[in-house]
Amino acid sequence: MAVRKAKFFVGGGLFLAALTALLITGVEEGKAYYQTVGELRAMGPRAEGRRVRVAGDVVPGTIASEGEGKVRFEIEHEGSRLAVLYTGREPLPDTLVDRAQAVAEGHLLQDGSFEANHVQAKCASKYDAAYEETKTAPAAQTPAGRQATDD
Amino acid sequence: MHHLGNFSLMAVVVLCAYAVAASLLGVNKQSSQLVNSARRALIAAAGFSALSVAALLALFLADDFRFEYVASYSAAALPWYYKVSALWAGNDGSLLFWTFLMLVFAAACAISRRRDELMPHVVATLGGVILFFAYMNYWVCNPFGQLAEITAAGPIPFTPRDGNGLNPLLQHPIMAIHPPILYTGYVGFVIPFAFCVAALWTRRLDAAWIQNTRRWTLIAWFFLGSGILLGGRWAYVELGWGGYWGWDPVENAALMPWLTGTAFLHSVMIQERKGMLKIWNAGLVIVTYLLCVFGTFLTRSGIVSSVHAFASSEFAWRFLVFIIFAAILSAALLITRIKDLRTENELEAVVSRESGFLFNNLLLLAACFAVLWGTLFPVLSEAVQGEQISVGAPFFNRVNVPLGLALLLMTGVGPLLAWRRSSVDSLKRNFTVPLLSGLAAGVLLVAFGMRHPYAILCFAMSAFVVVTIGSEFHRGVRARRAHRGGSYGTALVDLVQRNTRRYGGYIVHFGIVLLFIGFAGNAFNKDVIADLNRGESTAIGPWKVTLQDLPSGETPVYDWLGAQVLLSKNDEPVGIFQPRRQLDKATGQATSEVRRHATFQEDIYLVFSGVTEDGRATVHVYRNPLVRWVWLGAFVMFLGTVLTLLPNRSPVRRAETAPRGAALEAV
Repeated sequence: MAVRKAKFFVGGGLFLAALTALLITGVEEGKAYYQTVGELRAMGPRAEGRRVRVAGDVVPGTIASEGEGKVRFEIEHEGSRLAVLYTGREPLPDTLVDRAQAVAEGHLLQDGSFEANHVQAKCASKYDAAYEETKTAPAAQTPAGRQATDD
Repeated sequence: MHHLGNFSLMAVVVLCAYAVAASLLGVNKQSSQLVNSARRALIAAAGFSALSVAALLALFLADDFRFEYVASYSAAALPWYYKVSALWAGNDGSLLFWTFLMLVFAAACAISRRRDELMPHVVATLGGVILFFAYMNYWVCNPFGQLAEITAAGPIPFTPRDGNGLNPLLQHPIMAIHPPILYTGYVGFVIPFAFCVAALWTRRLDAAWIQNTRRWTLIAWFFLGSGILLGGRWAYVELGWGGYWGWDPVENAALMPWLTGTAFLHSVMIQERKGMLKIWNAGLVIVTYLLCVFGTFLTRSGIVSSVHAFASSEFAWRFLVFIIFAAILSAALLITRIKDLRTENELEAVVSRESGFLFNNLLLLAACFAVLWGTLFPVLSEAVQGEQISVGAPFFNRVNVPLGLALLLMTGVGPLLAWRRSSVDSLKRNFTVPLLSGLAAGVLLVAFGMRHPYAILCFAMSAFVVVTIGSEFHRGVRARRAHRGGSYGTALVDLVQRNTRRYGGYIVHFGIVLLFIGFAGNAFNKDVIADLNRGESTAIGPWKVTLQDLPSGETPVYDWLGAQVLLSKNDEPVGIFQPRRQLDKATGQATSEVRRHATFQEDIYLVFSGVTEDGRATVHVYRNPLVRWVWLGAFVMFLGTVLTLLPNRSPVRRAETAPRGAALEAV
């Protein structure tokens, strides 16, 4: 009886230990810090090598294709701008258009630009942020970034 | 029409409140009349809820853009079926629809189980839960609000010429059925939850509440799983990033209750058979339901950023209050009943069916915890460290791949372990052939040059599990024939019909194996991006993609530009494909229309990402092995689940009150 209970406790303990180890190494491997463009700038060289998620609005007219899926664009948040070079393997989301809210994940390079290998974007016109606009000023219903097409 | 909608919503609120009050009062006064009226109130509420949905639907179909919700998610040029699906494209409408589905379940249960002795408390619980959602529908996210222009003279009604249109990514047949299926899964768990609460409430804590809700639980579980897989399928064919699962918070939100629900489906078998794990099971079903509500909260509140979340904080805190309130009430109920939940048996041996189930439960809960941990990590890290840190796919894969493989192994091991204890002899007899098959598969793969450790493990375990499942069927058929004779085929059909739960379960397990084979294919994904002029080509393995033309055109809904390519394998032409870029006219949003050449060996997945400044087409080619096995596995799981839902042909002895004697075999 006692032996059997002990076996279960030892087994459970080992299981929990393995799970904890997995969780800790997993976090180390996958973590990325959320930072604003301003915070990232303020960190300077300390930010190099750190995996970061940085959010901002796409500056209109800055999206430019470099070929083979690489794309340059700039994002802006509270007056700070950041030049992003996207080098990821996935095609950029279709929602990445002028004025879209974008989250770029990657790291800061020495020249102060940002290399991203993962980008998420929300169309400013679609989600509830702009939905407030629709409520009060219906004239603002024309979706932003209509002219932004493929490239 | 909106008056009808608002009136119906109000009626739902009133009827749900009445159902709670009347059923409780009825129990107190022992008036079956009052209890019955409460039950009927719930059924009537379902009718009114259907009316409110119909009213909103009518506004969509009539292109009535006076209404903010319609104007936000529809446009006149949309085909009618997408106007219907636009109903659940946004927060308000989807919550309305959610309430309606929950009431459909509640009403079906109130009708079919009207003689159940737990019914009064079930009605009270259902009424209470739905009351919250009905309150949200009417007061907090009412979809019948009208647009108004703010002028100096105050707001005046405003009707835009056309609506904002439906997000083109949602204009897909799967997106028309995925949300209702997923929601059905989410809300379906309210039934086992309500029965569990009622059982705790009344202290009728034998396995009756579990047996009486078995089919409801299975249906909810099945819809939730199908919804998750359909979501994956949609992401694969529509989002154009070459994959079907991205560990997005919205995906995780649905996965969590599915994992705990799966644990529940397994652990109830121990309670039915041995009267053990009563607290555990009650806890599991409560957690599962709360995770369902939490899932929809996560999707809607925007507390963790996600690509397809509806961001709105308007009601986030109310949802949170509801979840916390429900959690506290359930926990209090559970704790005060602990004495009544004493186990009838003890675990007898480490190697036994019981401990197999226990280990399976532990793995599923660990996986759920890991997903929760990863999803909430930004929130947790901000609270603890003051810094928002997110963990992406590497975290989820690191933790969940080993857990998943262990679960796959248990799929084979569990059913072969004997109840109470497994003797060394029986272990040898049951495991020798499957183990050797698994080992042989592993050795063969290594010999053929496969080096990816997880993939080798996954394929070897798959072979092991398939052989165990096959041997279970074979053993059953042999015993049946020894007993009654007949051909192998008739004995097989007979065997399955006599115990649909057990053999349907095996088929679900087989579907899981196919699913895992598909998952393992991810280890070998390859892709290439190329900028091509007409006539130029790019290669990936034996495949070659040659750009032929860049056609373009337009429909009433969108403009499109295509990259027409010739796909060939070992220089043999396979077909001409035309991945496209589409520009939705109403929303101005561009989408990629991918094209796929799918076989059981691999998918060639073609994305046209755009045109470079010098006029070359950027084509992204993915070579994704074994993806088809995922969809095949989903289909097999579907068949297996349907089988488990069928009644046994000549029912094995069933004991509703004495779980000891229940002859319901394990899945």
